[in-house]
Amino acid sequence: MSAPAMTTGASRQVVLGRHEELKIRQRMVIEVEGVGIGVYFIGEEVRAYLNICPHMGGPVCQGKIMPRTLEQVADSGKSLGLGFSKDQMHIVCPWHGFEFDMLTGRHPIDKSVGLTPIPVEVSNGEVVLTVGETRP
Amino acid sequence: MNENSIPNFREIGEITGSTDSRDVLAHATRQAAKNFDDYLIVDVDAHVSEDHFWSEIIDLIDNDVLRQIGQHQVKGFGGSNALLNISPGLSLQSVGGRIGHQGRREPVQDDGVHRFISTARRSMDAMGLDYQVVFPSAMLLLGMHPQDEIEVALAKAFNRWMIERILPIDTRMKGLLYLPFNTPEACEELVAQYGATEGIIGFTVCSTRNKPVHHDCYMRLYSMIQELGKPLAFHSGYHWGDPSFAQLNRFLSMHALSFTHYNQIHVTNWIINAMPERFPKLNMLWVESGLAWIPFLMQRLDHEVMMRPSEAPGLKRLPSDYMREMYYTSQPLERGNMKLLEATMEAMNAETQLLYSSDWPHWDWDSPATIGSIPFLSEQAKRNILGLNAARLFNLDTTRRKPLAEDVLANRPKTAS
Repeated sequence: MSAPAMTTGASRQVVLGRHEELKIRQRMVIEVEGVGIGVYFIGEEVRAYLNICPHMGGPVCQGKIMPRTLEQVADSGKSLGLGFSKDQMHIVCPWHGFEFDMLTGRHPIDKSVGLTPIPVEVSNGEVVLTVGETRP
Repeated sequence: MNENSIPNFREIGEITGSTDSRDVLAHATRQAAKNFDDYLIVDVDAHVSEDHFWSEIIDLIDNDVLRQIGQHQVKGFGGSNALLNISPGLSLQSVGGRIGHQGRREPVQDDGVHRFISTARRSMDAMGLDYQVVFPSAMLLLGMHPQDEIEVALAKAFNRWMIERILPIDTRMKGLLYLPFNTPEACEELVAQYGATEGIIGFTVCSTRNKPVHHDCYMRLYSMIQELGKPLAFHSGYHWGDPSFAQLNRFLSMHALSFTHYNQIHVTNWIINAMPERFPKLNMLWVESGLAWIPFLMQRLDHEVMMRPSEAPGLKRLPSDYMREMYYTSQPLERGNMKLLEATMEAMNAETQLLYSSDWPHWDWDSPATIGSIPFLSEQAKRNILGLNAARLFNLDTTRRKPLAEDVLANRPKTAS
């Protein structure tokens, strides 16, 4: 896994807007001083990740958002077929299809592979990102 | 908010199948700008999504009856698959649309330049490529077409389309002549007709077929190609209809095995029948099977040949020795275990025998950074694999042909990133 790592220096904050208004969007992808960041709204939770895939550096946050695919298995061991998860959503990199859990940022099979998290919080009703002096 | 706040940000959009290639590949352009903008980069395997232009190829079929059938199919159910033997229901490459550039259709202004050239130039510039060799896509399965005469007709039409309409427009694009390998006489005619054509830098056989490459019917063809001094490439592919692969219930399972399967079959026949001894000056190139199969096959064949030399009497060296003198393209490069990759590259003499390939715009494509970021390769090895080995094999001018990566970044449309 060879995508360029984010470098951090003095941190600064970016106010994205009111959480009540943004959370219905599920995702917004922004660029701050040349650094791409995906911000995800899952219920009342907010997550943010660097828009660089740990696989080959693709624009991971600009792809599709898909529910996790599950194989449903009966107690007998027989497959009941494929189905979509009702509560787990995946961030899908448009370059090669790498998938990452929206809440944890981790790959569903190899948990050692994951997105680079960016600090984000809801403060006084506003969504606030904390970014370093980042360069991709 | 503290005093260090940065209030300014801009939103960027989703990347879809209609996003401009320069925006889809903007991160690859940044990688090029940062790490290898001054490298010669030759992409030995990119793809013509000829389904977008299929009617142009159908119109060039020289047989009146087949052309009429093809033109009728283009307007009806066959559409962009007219006369082909692909199975639309088994075209699962995009993973349910997750990977939008597979089968992409991006807007192109009508500026008089062929649409294919316009989109290909975008991808070349965005990845920092000096040259790109184009292979047909849907035609990769033609070796399994039950009608040999259709493979011949489409081969002739595709080669004409490439030679007359595409290659003359941009000398950064190069082609390998498609050989309808199920009909050796037709291959010979095409080599005689087009073999010396400028822009045709070699010949290609699509590996997905059940024809033994050592059969005597091909000896004249190999002699002709050897005489021309241009390489012969075998481009692998998949085929879910093979009885063995029909056991595999997922596209990824079949895809992982079948691409390596067909090239393993052909390399095995090529070596055990001592073809490298019969045609010692014929350069062989094996395309789109990754690298992991190479040390596997080297070890298996060496092991068996040592015990059963009477079944490979034409050999003067071990199979792995011959394999180390062949050429291979890199994509899809298995990078999950760097120790294994390093051992593989050492076993196959990658520094001189490996050629970078992107496979763009297919779903499992590799950017130049796939090679450029390998930690154990020297800078010279990276330069060789990314371009200099191909320049040597295909006799390409090594003068810079691409724009500066920074200029590509500055001029991209920024519709999505």
